[in-house]
Amino acid sequence: MEALLSSAASVAFHGAAYGMVLYVISVGLSVTMGLMGFANLAHGVFAMAGGYVLTTALSRFGVPFPLALLLAFGVVGAASIVLERFLYSRLYTAGELPQVLFTIGLVFMAVAAARLVFGSLQQPVPLPDYLTGQVSVLGRDFPAYRVFVIAFSAGIIAALWFGVERTLWGAMVRATVDNRAMAQSIGIDTRRLFMLTFALGSGLAGLGGALGADIIAIEPTYPFEHLAYFLIVVSVGGLGSLRGPFVAALLIGVGDTACKYWLPQFGAFFVYAATIALLLWRPAGLFGRRA
Amino acid sequence: MSRGGSYAADHRVRAIEWLPWVAAIAAFFLLPDYLPLGARVLTYILFALSLDLILGYAGIITLGHSAFFGLGAYVAGILSARFGVADPMVQLAASALAGALLGISTGAVILRTQGLTQLMLTLAVGALCLEIANRATSITGGADGLSGVTVAPILGQFRFDLFGKTAYLWCLAVLFAGWFLARRLIYSPFGVALTGTRENSARMHAIGAPVYWRQVIVYTFSAAMAGVAGALLTQTSQFVGLNVLGFEPSGELLVMLILGGVGRIYGAFVGPLVFLVAQDFLSKQFPEYWYFGIGLLLVIVVLFAHGGLLGIGDALLARRRR
Amino acid sequence: MTTTKTVGGVLAAIAAASSLAASAETIKIGFISTYSGPAAAQGDQLDKGAKLYVKLNSDKLPPGVKVELITRDDTGPNPDVAKRIAQELIVRDKVQFLTGFVWTPNAAAVAPLSAEAKVPLVSMNAAGVNLPNMSPYFARLSFTLWQSAYPLGRWAATKYKRAFTAVTDFAPGHEAEEAFIKGFTEVGGTIVGSVRIPLANPDFVPYMQRIKDAKPDVLFAFNPAGKQATAMMKAYADLGLPKAGIKYIGTGDIVTDDQLQTMSDVAVGVITVHHYSAAANRPANKAFVAAYKKEYGEDLEPGFIAVGAWDAMDAIYSAIRAQHGKIDPDKTMEVLKHYKSANSPRGPVAIDPETRDVINPEYLREVRKVGGKLANVELETISTAVKDPYKELNKKQ
Repeated sequence: MEALLSSAASVAFHGAAYGMVLYVISVGLSVTMGLMGFANLAHGVFAMAGGYVLTTALSRFGVPFPLALLLAFGVVGAASIVLERFLYSRLYTAGELPQVLFTIGLVFMAVAAARLVFGSLQQPVPLPDYLTGQVSVLGRDFPAYRVFVIAFSAGIIAALWFGVERTLWGAMVRATVDNRAMAQSIGIDTRRLFMLTFALGSGLAGLGGALGADIIAIEPTYPFEHLAYFLIVVSVGGLGSLRGPFVAALLIGVGDTACKYWLPQFGAFFVYAATIALLLWRPAGLFGRRA
Repeated sequence: MSRGGSYAADHRVRAIEWLPWVAAIAAFFLLPDYLPLGARVLTYILFALSLDLILGYAGIITLGHSAFFGLGAYVAGILSARFGVADPMVQLAASALAGALLGISTGAVILRTQGLTQLMLTLAVGALCLEIANRATSITGGADGLSGVTVAPILGQFRFDLFGKTAYLWCLAVLFAGWFLARRLIYSPFGVALTGTRENSARMHAIGAPVYWRQVIVYTFSAAMAGVAGALLTQTSQFVGLNVLGFEPSGELLVMLILGGVGRIYGAFVGPLVFLVAQDFLSKQFPEYWYFGIGLLLVIVVLFAHGGLLGIGDALLARRRR
Repeated sequence: MTTTKTVGGVLAAIAAASSLAASAETIKIGFISTYSGPAAAQGDQLDKGAKLYVKLNSDKLPPGVKVELITRDDTGPNPDVAKRIAQELIVRDKVQFLTGFVWTPNAAAVAPLSAEAKVPLVSMNAAGVNLPNMSPYFARLSFTLWQSAYPLGRWAATKYKRAFTAVTDFAPGHEAEEAFIKGFTEVGGTIVGSVRIPLANPDFVPYMQRIKDAKPDVLFAFNPAGKQATAMMKAYADLGLPKAGIKYIGTGDIVTDDQLQTMSDVAVGVITVHHYSAAANRPANKAFVAAYKKEYGEDLEPGFIAVGAWDAMDAIYSAIRAQHGKIDPDKTMEVLKHYKSANSPRGPVAIDPETRDVINPEYLREVRKVGGKLANVELETISTAVKDPYKELNKKQ
């Protein structure tokens, strides 16, 4: 019993860390897809970019870790504004297929560029000393970095939810997600809103990618390999919702970890089978708005 | 005009439609050294045609079409390597049937959903198929691949030779049959209704057309066709590897079709031809730039040239006519 | 009758004379490797090893004979592409040898072609156990997983009682797992658990937790080198398995020399068995590594892939020398079957005449920090000549 509780605690903890990273990366996708109706399959590119910014800053320039995280957020967010202005905005009314194709094209380009610039090998993540090693919580040892990941993600999430629930910007986002035409007719500048929200979502993806660099390795095929997981979080959680993907990410993180621990022979199948089952039960996602 | 392909009114075969077949036969005689590449192009044309049916004509976006291709490839391979069935027609029939079964079972479920959910489900099905093939090593050979695949000579006479002659002609014949059937489908009342579904699904519902069942039927037909294309690949390589499944072949096929032009049968002919020939010549010179170039091409086509190469061709012709 | 004989004799003499006089006989060698896609780094290393050999060893060819490497890209583990390329190399370019092959499925798809067209195929890297059986013209200078995992299992059972195996769930992983378990249990060890980890796996932590809870003495790991191997070692360290007294061992594939530098200090202390280490002190190896770095840059470490290419080219050259540049496929196979070299960078290497598979030396190594960089330090030589145990064991039945 002691052993069972102990392993359950470990599974819950590690699943939560993984799930939180997934959420921080994917929440931006949920908001932009719900807000702009834009199928952005290149979201993983922003996460990967954040990871590269972090590892380059840490390894090549010796930047302190907190600053490197901030850089990941800022650089990716800023770059995404440029992309949005010049490329994405042309396709807002184009329909799903062109958007899917365009973003897949972006992924191809990003993967090739990453390989050319950084090489195909994974990037080492030199964590600062105060985040390595183990910490003792309630008598068990947990890796310090994952504790940090959980705590920091919780902070980001709290800030995000506060922002969406309490600020004017948040109210505008919620209104536009609910009914874009109405929101425009009462004077909300949806173009600027899109740009800002897209930048925030992409910046968060970059931050998530950087934060999770120790867990989800940064290398050129990152956007392809993990695309399915990000899409699963968003589609199972529900487009445009904040809480939905959070629940979905935790479910996936903990469920995947639990399955691999107790039923390792089904390890790979769990996520896909669960996704199919959940989507068939609730096609709009667990907390989705549109039917 | 629509955002996809053209509206098919006249079903008679226009003279220009014989051009691809004439070109293919000419290539057989004039380019004997390139027949293996030619067989590959023909196989992918069939595969692209199957995708065009659902993407271009029915408007269903999928990232998992390789599931049917891969299933067809493995069924043909397993029949031969594990059960000793080497007859090429039987292999094709079995792959078509397998593709159709998977198509109807997944299609019936997936087509009840829309948008991101639908896309996600096609991805998930594709990923599951890859994982199953990787696991079932005793049947599929897993990551090492399925060897020992043999194909009996066509009609008892024509062996699959080293020069790729038989393979080329066999693929051409099968493609011809597939093209014929697809064309019949598109130009029939069923096909017209399908185009209606793509253009304005709500309207079709409103006039009482059975949108869902039409989509399931074309999805099944497309899956069977993709399965046959997969079987062709197995027959020409006499081997099956895991590379027939997963996101990569689905993604590449999408690029090929978009390049040629969606929703017009011959986009599926032009796209794979240009893509595969370019890949053969260019990727050796500049391997990393090739990958980048494909992405760039896709972005450019989407932003500036919706109809792909054939769309550009149309625009040029229209300008000349003025 | 006599006239015909004389004419025949004269013609033969002319032919012989002209063949001696014909200078610049070029032997075309088809080289199939991976130059694009995620695994381009491996194909690139193969290419570099082969081209370095060709550059430095023109004196090893008979006079008047040149070698031309015709390189083609298989774009990854794509057997249908490999087969088509091989077809074109044989039919269009009329190559007399086929070599390269990073991937097992690619080599397996091309093997029937080598049999049909009678073109000797020398595999430089592809390691599936059954490959040499697929064609009488197939010879191999790479390795098999049994050659490293089986002796590792036998060695481990002398030091540890309980083992847990964790391998990536694909064919090479299965081979490694089977080989290790056979070796370990033969010498009296107990396997307390085995787990197969999906290839597309982001997180190794749940598996490490399970392993920790099973309390083995030693963990046998196999993953493709690079991010997977590093992530697994990290999870091992993060979850406190070293403190719990569980030793991490594996085949050399998890700490390949070219990837080792990116793996950071989690790899220190890992014990592996493999046929080649760039840090080995053998004079032949030191010369090889020096030449490699001189040609390609100080930062680039050669690994076993480059050595596979080097040795295969050496074997091909020995066949060319033995036949004075006039290649006959069956004679080539005879020469290849009896190929031996004491001076390979990996030490003594040979081809087994019965199976046409490679006979490798196997070394026990530990990852240590040497001069600020990570290196696979050879601790002892397990054996100088290991034939593929899988075939050996199955022969006895």
